[in-house]
Amino acid sequence: MLDEKLRYLKDVVSLQLNREKCIGCGLCTTVCPHAVFDLVDGKARLIDRNRCMECGACARNCPTAAITVHPGVGCASAIVHSWLTGKEPSCDCGGGSDCC
Amino acid sequence: MPRISTAVGWRDRLGHWAMRWGIGRQRYRVAPGLYGVGAPDADAPVLVTANYKMTFDLLRRELAGVSAWLLVLDTKGINVWCAAGKGSFGTQEVITRVQATTLAQVVRHRTLVVPQLGAPGVAAHEVARGCGFRVVYGPVRAKDLPTFLAAGLRATATMRRVTFSPLERLVLTPVELTGMLRSSLWVAATLLLLGGIGPQIFSLAAAWHRGGAAVLVHLLGVLTGAVLTPVLLPWLPGRAFAAKGALAGAGIAALLLPLLLSRGGALTSVAAVLAITAVSSWCAMHFTGATPFTSPSGVEKEMRRAIPLQLAAALTAVLLWLVSAF
Ligand code: SF4
Ligand code: SF4
Repeated sequence: MLDEKLRYLKDVVSLQLNREKCIGCGLCTTVCPHAVFDLVDGKARLIDRNRCMECGACARNCPTAAITVHPGVGCASAIVHSWLTGKEPSCDCGGGSDCC
Repeated sequence: MPRISTAVGWRDRLGHWAMRWGIGRQRYRVAPGLYGVGAPDADAPVLVTANYKMTFDLLRRELAGVSAWLLVLDTKGINVWCAAGKGSFGTQEVITRVQATTLAQVVRHRTLVVPQLGAPGVAAHEVARGCGFRVVYGPVRAKDLPTFLAAGLRATATMRRVTFSPLERLVLTPVELTGMLRSSLWVAATLLLLGGIGPQIFSLAAAWHRGGAAVLVHLLGVLTGAVLTPVLLPWLPGRAFAAKGALAGAGIAALLLPLLLSRGGALTSVAAVLAITAVSSWCAMHFTGATPFTSPSGVEKEMRRAIPLQLAAALTAVLLWLVSAF
């Protein structure tokens, strides 16, 4: 389990869950590497939104598009690179940074 | 069908070691396709992976005593997590590879075990629609695969969570450090040049002494930000990496203050403290890319706040240091 002291910034992530659309398949609880969701009464629920790293796994696997998130790489080098080139931040930021 | 061994030899180890240090990180790949480990039959599980050799070696090493098929996707030699983010470890590539290897004729079942960290690129329901194979997400770490397989494709909650232990952080620092040192060459050259500037316009001796000392200060900042901060991550206060790096830098600088004051004057000492803090903060901020819990929204937010401060501190440091020569 990730050290609980390793917590990132609060209230910044773009993750949204629309419980109306959820059919309770539970896939989001399976794929999320930070246990952001759990399943109660046949519907997904956000238990700790601040743990989300915006990897996009949940949204990609939700069969009813109940989850939205702006996915990306949480990597400063990639973001600097995208500022300089105007492209979307991605892992090939050149440099030596170990995004990949 | 190529059969592969689960033993990882010294050549592989040497390659892994070189990768960690950022030597020849390109083109370290395995040919995509279907491979067998052990003695797989038509009922053996199919494990999907990337064609990054380090990933592939790690996987086969963990599979000693297991019989399985490995479906290696063409991820252009990139690991599962990064390739999933880009989409090259993705729904379409899974479907294409299943068809290209005529997997449906090799195995009787219709299940693919996809590593959980590949989920950002793979939509399980679309794979099922596209090639008739059901996706079951495997554990985050390859070492849990034998247990996962033995338990009938069931992962425990712990197997589903990413970790970031001190050791895991430490093994990432070499690449971080080599990357930072590469860009440091330019900084060092500039510092040596600037160091020569003084009352006698330019002096080589001053370039060596003052410039050399400045390069050491810079390196100390890099080491603090790219090695010490990552290792001490959970114990440093604050959440933003730039803040943690700045604190570590200021701490190290404070410890060195007596030495700084005895070697140079007050001006150079203040300059050194500012420089170590700024450089450490910058390097620590770049460590976000190596961590498995920083969100892009968060990183962008901290960068917008930290970069102006880092620049201001670095510029002030350089100015004070230049003035101190006169
Ligand atoms: S984006 Fe990733 S980390 Fe965030 S909730 Fe979804 S799966 Fe979890
Ligand atoms: S993946 Fe979508 S439908 Fe399934 S439980 Fe999660 S939110 Fe609900």
